[in-house]
Amino acid sequence: MSNQPFVREEMLPELAPPATSVGFIGWARANLFSSPLNSILTLVSIYFIYSILAGLLPWMFQSSWSATSLTECREIFNATYGTSHGHACWGVVNDRWLQLLYGFYPDYLYWRVNLTLVLTLAALAPILFSEKTPKQFIYLTMAYPFLMPWLLWGGTIWGPLAVAAGFGIAVLAYRALSNMSGLIALIGAVASAVIWWLFLAGWVSNGLSDILPIGIEAVESRKFGGFMLALLLGIVAIGVSLPIGILLALGRQSDLLIVKAICIGFIEFIRGVPLITLLFVASLLLNVFLPPGTNFDIILRVMIMMTLFSAAYMAEIVRGGLAALPKGQYEGADSLGLNYWQAQRLIIMPQALKISIPGIVSTFIGIFKDTTLVSIIGLFDVIGLSTAIRADTAWNGVYWELFAFIAFLFFIVCFSMSRYSMYLERKLQTGHKR
Amino acid sequence: MTTLTDPPKASFRLSMLIYDTRYRSATIQVVALFGFMLLAAWLINNTLTNLNTLGKPISLAFFTEPASYDINQRLLDYNSRDSHLRAAFIGLLNTLVVAVLGCITATILGVLIGVLRLSKNWIVARIMTFYVEMFRNVPVLLWIVLAMAILIESLPAPRAFRGENPEATLSFFDTVAITNRGVYIPEPLFSNSLGNLPIFGNSSLRFDISLDFLAFALVLVAGLFASHTIKKRADVTQEATGLRPTTWYTRLAVVFIPIIVLFAVLGFHLGYPELKGFNFQGGTHMRNSLIALWLALSLYTAAFIAEIVRGGILAISHGQTEAAGALGLRSGRIMSLVVLPQALRVIIPPMISNYLNLTKNSSLAIAVGYMDITGTLGGITMNQTGRELECVVLLMAVYLMISLSISLVMNWYNNRVKLVER
Repeated sequence: MSNQPFVREEMLPELAPPATSVGFIGWARANLFSSPLNSILTLVSIYFIYSILAGLLPWMFQSSWSATSLTECREIFNATYGTSHGHACWGVVNDRWLQLLYGFYPDYLYWRVNLTLVLTLAALAPILFSEKTPKQFIYLTMAYPFLMPWLLWGGTIWGPLAVAAGFGIAVLAYRALSNMSGLIALIGAVASAVIWWLFLAGWVSNGLSDILPIGIEAVESRKFGGFMLALLLGIVAIGVSLPIGILLALGRQSDLLIVKAICIGFIEFIRGVPLITLLFVASLLLNVFLPPGTNFDIILRVMIMMTLFSAAYMAEIVRGGLAALPKGQYEGADSLGLNYWQAQRLIIMPQALKISIPGIVSTFIGIFKDTTLVSIIGLFDVIGLSTAIRADTAWNGVYWELFAFIAFLFFIVCFSMSRYSMYLERKLQTGHKR
Repeated sequence: MTTLTDPPKASFRLSMLIYDTRYRSATIQVVALFGFMLLAAWLINNTLTNLNTLGKPISLAFFTEPASYDINQRLLDYNSRDSHLRAAFIGLLNTLVVAVLGCITATILGVLIGVLRLSKNWIVARIMTFYVEMFRNVPVLLWIVLAMAILIESLPAPRAFRGENPEATLSFFDTVAITNRGVYIPEPLFSNSLGNLPIFGNSSLRFDISLDFLAFALVLVAGLFASHTIKKRADVTQEATGLRPTTWYTRLAVVFIPIIVLFAVLGFHLGYPELKGFNFQGGTHMRNSLIALWLALSLYTAAFIAEIVRGGILAISHGQTEAAGALGLRSGRIMSLVVLPQALRVIIPPMISNYLNLTKNSSLAIAVGYMDITGTLGGITMNQTGRELECVVLLMAVYLMISLSISLVMNWYNNRVKLVER
């Protein structure tokens, strides 16, 4: 009988997928031409990119790096390409890049600015990449707040040392009083440091610099400028605003009504007004608010206002992080018998800050970009300098090249900050990835 | 035999103010209050002393003095003999104009870019990512200054439009003149105009309400109301019979025919810009500074709004889309009926703060010479009168009020679209 049905006994081998669904063709079919609308979009985009590059690349590369004025540039272009349009005159960047970076800082002292930048990176390393940096770097980080102003502004070494001594005195006072009680020791430490800074530090540092005049050449604040000023203001405002912002956020969340009201008032006021009005306060009014005869440095005044400004924004970000923590974390800390500050330091803050990393970093980026606003109150940062260069008869009429250079500088710093925040988020991720 | 004694009476000791948690918070609050009041008193005392030394005690009398400077971009009538208060008012209106224009454009652009960034089309998504990164990582002031430089340096001067064979011509069918002095667009004119209704007489806050505009607004509102009524009636019919009457043409007619009739009666026509003498006359003149500010602020804020929109859409779980698909909805309706309404709740709070930022950033107008409130009250008025304290404090107060009103309105809207739970 041959009506036995046919039964296949072995599996067929797998075939390779069709050529249209693998490799570049497959990728393009899936990502670029999956539907008629998508195909149209793709073609339009490709044409768009082509037309931009067709204008941009010749402009960028058929250019002149050597000219010292726009007229010279145009002559070179007319001689070489027959037209002066569509060619970048990079001569302006070549001519003025040192000024755009350093402002009017004396050129034989550029090494001090460069050294400060290197020190900044080294001091940031143990904070930013804690597991990849040798432990000893932390001493540099501690010394940095005193080294940086000394290197940039110059002058006697005793000034920064006297300020640093205040912290030493506070620690000594705390040790001496620590057998009394925590709170009294803390008050004593703060009080002794404040007394030192207000009444003794200036006197001591003056005396010491008369006896032992160790110092480097002083540079006035009005010589500061360019991208260096943006970095300086940015680093100070970012570094100081985070702790103040955390305190403000804690104050806003606290049960103490008056403290809470003061914090809310401060935060909402600062967030409701534009930074430019605060900079007006820095340049015109801060001296009016202080005792008669006080006249301190304009850069210091701007730093104070920018720090207060960013602290208010930081406070709101941290508050968001605090609000996102489940109540159980607070209760857990209480049940362990931790007091308020211990709970904040060991349990609440590490988690709240981790949650708010994206917000914190975008605030940092915002502050750094906002440092350009000082050009409006007359400081010569990059944008102020670019206006000055454009007003110069040699470069009257140049704009793309200058602004492209400035944009490039800011882009590098801001983009690396945002990439770093992504790295940090990945590093601190403790939950399970899905 | 044991004797019961009373538990020791808790006598109040001074140290309990520090050590006892029942009293400690009160102590801290009192100390904080005292510290704050001391600080405030110290600042106020310093200020008063300093101002007396300078010989200019606080006074707002300068507001009534003539401003004696000109404001070139303005909505209301103004001349240099008007008071400083009038100048500040014109400046405030200019701030609001650029803020409103900027918010509208930034929202449209931002939503478009945010949605396109999620596109399945690889190349489109990459272009949008590039746009967002480019605008987010460069200061807004640079964009404003760059936009101004482009407008001034690259556009033709008015004289390029002159002659038999002009180098430049009017755009958009000879109606819009784009020059390096600004853009001239056609203005609406009425040959049988109803006139203006002056408000606040001759004071510094005077303004005219155009009766033509008022009539237009009334007719429009009436038309929209009628259209709404027709829609409601159609809904009722659909509920009752299951058939929806086609109403779109009656609804369109109800809105547009009265407006067209009104325009015909009023003799509506457009006033085109014309080259006369050294410059264009007629039409509405939008200055470079306004356009640069508007353009730069919208493009910059759009990058942030795009990220918010993208985040909002990504926050809606994919299951929602799949469930909607399983119900048989098409992708456009899934977006508009399922995803967007839910995403809106995530989107609106950060959107509010972006509108606030845009409004506050409009104070950078001073960098390109647009006369907003910072340029008038915080700029020329402050420099002329030397009243820094009064001007800066008022400037801050104005911005605070604007910020508070924006957040009030947007929070009201947020509450309306909020998910109503138990």
